Amino acid sequence: MSENALIQKIKPTVAASPHMKSGETSQTMMRDVIIALVPALVASVWLFGPRALIVNIISVISCVLFEYATRKILKRTNTLSDLSAVVTGLLLAFNLPSTIPFWMIPIGAFVAIVVVKQFFGGIGQNFVNPALMGRIILMVSFPGPMSTWTENYKWGETVDAVTTATPLYILQNVGDKFSMEDMPSYLEMLLGQRAGCLGETCALALIIGGIYLLARKVITPSIPVSFILTTAIFMAIAGKGDLNYIVYNLLGGGLLIGAIFMATDYATCPLTSKGKIIYGIGCGLVACLIRQFGSYNEGVSFAIILMNLLVPHIDNLTKLKPFGYIKEKKQKEAKAE
Amino acid sequence: MIKHIAGVLHPAAKGRGGVKVPHNKNTENCRIIRMPAPEMVVLPMQQHIGAPCSPTVQVGDTVKVGQVIGDTDKFISAPIHASVSGTVTKIADTVLANGRLAPAVTIESDGEMALFEGIAPPVINNVEDFIKAVRDSGLVGLGGAGFPSHVKFHLDPKKPIDTIVVNAAECEPYITVDYRECIDNTLYIIRSLMIIKEYLGIPKAVIAVEDNKPKAIEALQKVADEIGDGSIKVMQLKSRYPQGAEKMIVYSATGRKIPFGKLPADVGCIVMNVTSTAFIGRYLETGKPLVSRSLTVDGSAILKPQNVRVPIGTNLNELIDFCGGFKPDLDKVIAGGPMMGTALVSTDVPVIKSYNAVLAFSKGTMKDKPDNDCIRCGRCSQVCPMGLMPTNVMRSVKAKDIDGLKASNVVACMQCGTCAYACPAGRPLVQYLVLAKDMIREDGAKK
Repeated sequence: MSENALIQKIKPTVAASPHMKSGETSQTMMRDVIIALVPALVASVWLFGPRALIVNIISVISCVLFEYATRKILKRTNTLSDLSAVVTGLLLAFNLPSTIPFWMIPIGAFVAIVVVKQFFGGIGQNFVNPALMGRIILMVSFPGPMSTWTENYKWGETVDAVTTATPLYILQNVGDKFSMEDMPSYLEMLLGQRAGCLGETCALALIIGGIYLLARKVITPSIPVSFILTTAIFMAIAGKGDLNYIVYNLLGGGLLIGAIFMATDYATCPLTSKGKIIYGIGCGLVACLIRQFGSYNEGVSFAIILMNLLVPHIDNLTKLKPFGYIKEKKQKEAKAE
Repeated sequence: MIKHIAGVLHPAAKGRGGVKVPHNKNTENCRIIRMPAPEMVVLPMQQHIGAPCSPTVQVGDTVKVGQVIGDTDKFISAPIHASVSGTVTKIADTVLANGRLAPAVTIESDGEMALFEGIAPPVINNVEDFIKAVRDSGLVGLGGAGFPSHVKFHLDPKKPIDTIVVNAAECEPYITVDYRECIDNTLYIIRSLMIIKEYLGIPKAVIAVEDNKPKAIEALQKVADEIGDGSIKVMQLKSRYPQGAEKMIVYSATGRKIPFGKLPADVGCIVMNVTSTAFIGRYLETGKPLVSRSLTVDGSAILKPQNVRVPIGTNLNELIDFCGGFKPDLDKVIAGGPMMGTALVSTDVPVIKSYNAVLAFSKGTMKDKPDNDCIRCGRCSQVCPMGLMPTNVMRSVKAKDIDGLKASNVVACMQCGTCAYACPAGRPLVQYLVLAKDMIREDGAKK
């Protein structure tokens, strides 16, 4: 029979079901994250000048090179095509001040990609957020350069960058060294016209990126919403209802980039929505406690790293119940009957 | 219209989990064509879930359409009837599409398609007669599972049934035979339901259809309004794979959750496929047992996609020939739907009662994703209709952690493939889940 002859000749592909797969791959998801980071990338260059672009480029290139080299040396498959190294590179750069000496960037990239990610098995296996760990290692190793903040770059003028304080620092020292007039306006906060890390200042760009990720269903709202809401509630109580206090705390520091891009890292957040909400609340609480009572005026990075470490426990406590699951109590009752 | 909206607003109409799959119902407007009877049919003795039948004929016997050729006295089984008239030429093992061997009766057709003299509408006076008639008809679930229908009708007096859920979801892409049944045999479906309800004393019936088949919903609603007494409800469900899975459809149609490890009867429901339902109606009128069935023949590598009715036991090659044959760039042939069907090594296999489609695809249409590392995105847990966590099961399988597997409730997995469909890393999750079940079984056998 002709059909049988054909099928004998071509040896059809035999695979287990399902034979149909969604179009979504790790690569398309990471590509979406990169697209979502573009507004913040553009904002970082607009706000902090050409140097910001160079910091971004060095960070991305060093992350990609470290990823390639480690995989090669460890004789593992090349995973550059999943684009996760590019995401880590961008996020690391976004967490650095624009004035950072260039040679420090690869150190952060090494910690992020080699130590945190590849030593633990590559994508999906890192125990904490790689970019954040890179930033924290740099912060404790080089506290000076890592906390030198400058005013925004003035395009067209050739003046040296003027160092200044971040809004959160000002806020903490109002009445001491500063007054409320030193604070940027709400609009400036929204557009990011303030001192801070490269990618964290422009709230608008981060929110646009977040909406894109939500629309593309790369992330779910559980983590960002619970994280930001917790912070808002905590700060409302701590600031005794002062609106300024809440707004500056929400738009200042790394809260938005942390809540939207860093805390939602798949490898280091819980699997279920219940777990994600617990994790988001935890992140918000720890960040607020550090901001309010710690000696750092910024606590988002530490909060996320700390909660990352708790994820396995959160996952254990929030395992899904199967469809039609009967609670043990009821099961016993049913048996007793 | 209002009824339809109310259907969607029903809290359970959406079900849980699941994924949106492309429907690709290309053949929905193809009326079912009857294929000329083949010269030879091979009738395997195992075409259903349960005990296989033993041949009741011998080589050389002359048989007619509808004559019993295989039967058993086991409860969970259904008799097998000759699908053509002619001579039994061989009784030997044959390979089924799933690769298993089963004894089969080969009948060479005399081209007459003469009906067996004993065929007459069954006389039914009570519920026992009715159940016996359903058993004699050889009916098994025509939606794909192939569970003998009469078994469901043996009601346990301790578990009162108040609703028949007719499964017309047809959530698998490509397949349109149930849809055609809804459009072309609407009357039989409703009539049959009235009869089943009457004999089994079940007050309500719900026909559940996915909302991508508005014409079917309309047709069913019209006939239900005309001849029904208001006890048959047509319900629109959200199109979401695997809406047609037994537990999902009961939940979507009635809002009742079948408890873990239990059956629809435990929540007062019987689930029937819509084509099976229509068959009962037709059988009670004509007495002609299940000797043919409709299949969707579709896919990018089929020249003339269409819906065809063939005698059971027809060789797949002949069916595909009838549909114009394969295109030369053929890559994959599937018996069943693309989500749960079996990929075939050879098309030299007979059509059995539980097949509802043969799909053939060209290179590149059913692309597999590269198998990458899990990125822990949690998609598999989000979409799993049974509330399992496939990524955790995968980890436990790799670690050979039997206790972890037992705690994962993986036994509830029905291999619907939703997790593997959604997985962006292209992990073969279904294989891991099946392996997990095997590991648990093996562990149990050891003890």
